[in-house]
Amino acid sequence: MIGQNVPFVQGWGRKPDLDAMKRQARELRRTILRILAKAGSGHPGGSLSMVELLVGLYWHALRHDPKRPDWPDRDLFLLSKGHGVPALYAVLAAHGYFPSEELMTLRRYPTRLQGHPERGSVPGIEIASGSLGQGLSMANGIALADRLDGSSRRIYCLMGDGEIQEGQVWEAAMTAHHHRLESVCAIIDANQLQQNGPVKDIQDIEPLAEKWRAFGWHAIEIDGHDLAQVVRAYDEAKTVRGKPQAIVARTVKGKGVSFMELNPAWHGVAPKPDELERALKELEETHV
Amino acid sequence: MADKPTRDGFGEGLLELGKTHPNVVALSGDLEDSARAIWFKKQYPERFFSVGIAEQDMIGTAAGLALAGKIPFACSFSQFVTGKTLEQLRMAVCYQRLGVKIAGSHGGLSVGADGATAEALEELAHMRALPHMTVIVPCDALEARKATIACADYPGPVFLRLGRAPVPAITNERDPFRIGEAIVMRPGDDVTLIGCGLMVAHALQAAERLAKEDIHARVINLHTIKPIDRDTILKAARETGAIVTAEEHTVVGGLGSAVAEVVVQEHPVPMRFVGVADRFGTSGDPAELLKVFHLMPEDIVKAVKDVLRLKQSALG
Repeated sequence: MIGQNVPFVQGWGRKPDLDAMKRQARELRRTILRILAKAGSGHPGGSLSMVELLVGLYWHALRHDPKRPDWPDRDLFLLSKGHGVPALYAVLAAHGYFPSEELMTLRRYPTRLQGHPERGSVPGIEIASGSLGQGLSMANGIALADRLDGSSRRIYCLMGDGEIQEGQVWEAAMTAHHHRLESVCAIIDANQLQQNGPVKDIQDIEPLAEKWRAFGWHAIEIDGHDLAQVVRAYDEAKTVRGKPQAIVARTVKGKGVSFMELNPAWHGVAPKPDELERALKELEETHV
Repeated sequence: MADKPTRDGFGEGLLELGKTHPNVVALSGDLEDSARAIWFKKQYPERFFSVGIAEQDMIGTAAGLALAGKIPFACSFSQFVTGKTLEQLRMAVCYQRLGVKIAGSHGGLSVGADGATAEALEELAHMRALPHMTVIVPCDALEARKATIACADYPGPVFLRLGRAPVPAITNERDPFRIGEAIVMRPGDDVTLIGCGLMVAHALQAAERLAKEDIHARVINLHTIKPIDRDTILKAARETGAIVTAEEHTVVGGLGSAVAEVVVQEHPVPMRFVGVADRFGTSGDPAELLKVFHLMPEDIVKAVKDVLRLKQSALG
């Protein structure tokens, strides 16, 4: 059954099992490709690039409980790059937030699995996104409310590198710094491509880590596909006081499928049956 | 009672909510003094959040506060808090059905001398088109205070349109205010005047003049443009047979359009719209601009004469 071939990996607060997380990442990639192929549309490139970042969260850093999706003290994960939601659906289903059979309804009426996330459509989807650049502001608002309420939970917000061309992101970056929102952790899936080509050609956003530091953030730059680095970055971010944190994750768009990697054509096109077979075969043979 | 701006009523209401509603918080983009949220800020500094001159981030932050159980009031000039933020209001607030309350001060021509860029004349159309959004335009400062207090306990997003310039007090403390329930301010069976904001006072003055000519105009204060009070509008259409709407806003998509959407489908009667004629504002004294833009009682009287001619020919 989709998303359930791998046994449940130990969650937050325990020593991470990196090998199991690696297997989980590979299984998630297979799920993502299958559900996108079934849907016939969607965004494989940006879904595949963020897999390890989600595995590091949902199998290690994030304090969450699939049995209590409304647990008030849970850490929050806000997916700001909404087009990557197939990866999040796959993660949530693997944790039992909703039945994994439902994954096959992605994008098709009357599904709960909208093409871009709708808040509360299934347990675990905390915010709506799809109009880029808005998640970080919401993370800040939650952090301000939590401070009033004396809550110490953390709020993670995942953005794309193309997404941070949106001016609102930098407004929010200033707000988080001004209010010293240490419970906010931004994650940038810097997968190098956006819809019409390389980010550096469309509108260069480098130097990324320096930019976040200049905005008053604690920036951590990592290889976003190396789970040991991902886990270490989340652990380090948790220890930072008085500053929001930005994890700049260097990733590869379409990671794990040779013909999709760093190819802008795979931003918003679903694999056809033969392409799916080739991709799944690759993901059987290699350890990503 | 002395004339008073509706923004003052909002400031008083927000201050009161500070006492009664611990979950009420406020945000502004460096216009809290203009929007009168500064009174709340001074009393409850820990519950006021400054986000700088960054309206899009302000709405997103307000959405986050609402996600975490707060009742945020986001305040700025009406033009900026609705115009710059339409996308944020659409996705982060309305699509998520969050109880973010938007207070737009300096609505309409009331910003006067500052000129067209700050004169909000299209925001009712923008806000009205958003699913789940409630749209309220109080007619005087007292009603603004009541509306502010009412919207804290009202589910979902609310847009409150407020004015900068003082307006006459035309309601009383004991008058009930319920979101979505229009108020008949004056009885009459010849024609109905439906207005919001400052134009309710102008409609009352117009009705007074018409009465001298033995034309009896019903005046309806349609403070809530959405959800619209269909019953009160249709009753007026049936009983008076002619309607003139009046708004300090473009005639494209505002109160007049909202009334027409109800009337033409359920009980068509001749209508005339008094409002800004699909154009931008300009600098000037607000009172002078109301004349320039044909938003005075005499403009309403003229529209009534027109609509009564139509009514007559329809009857004939």
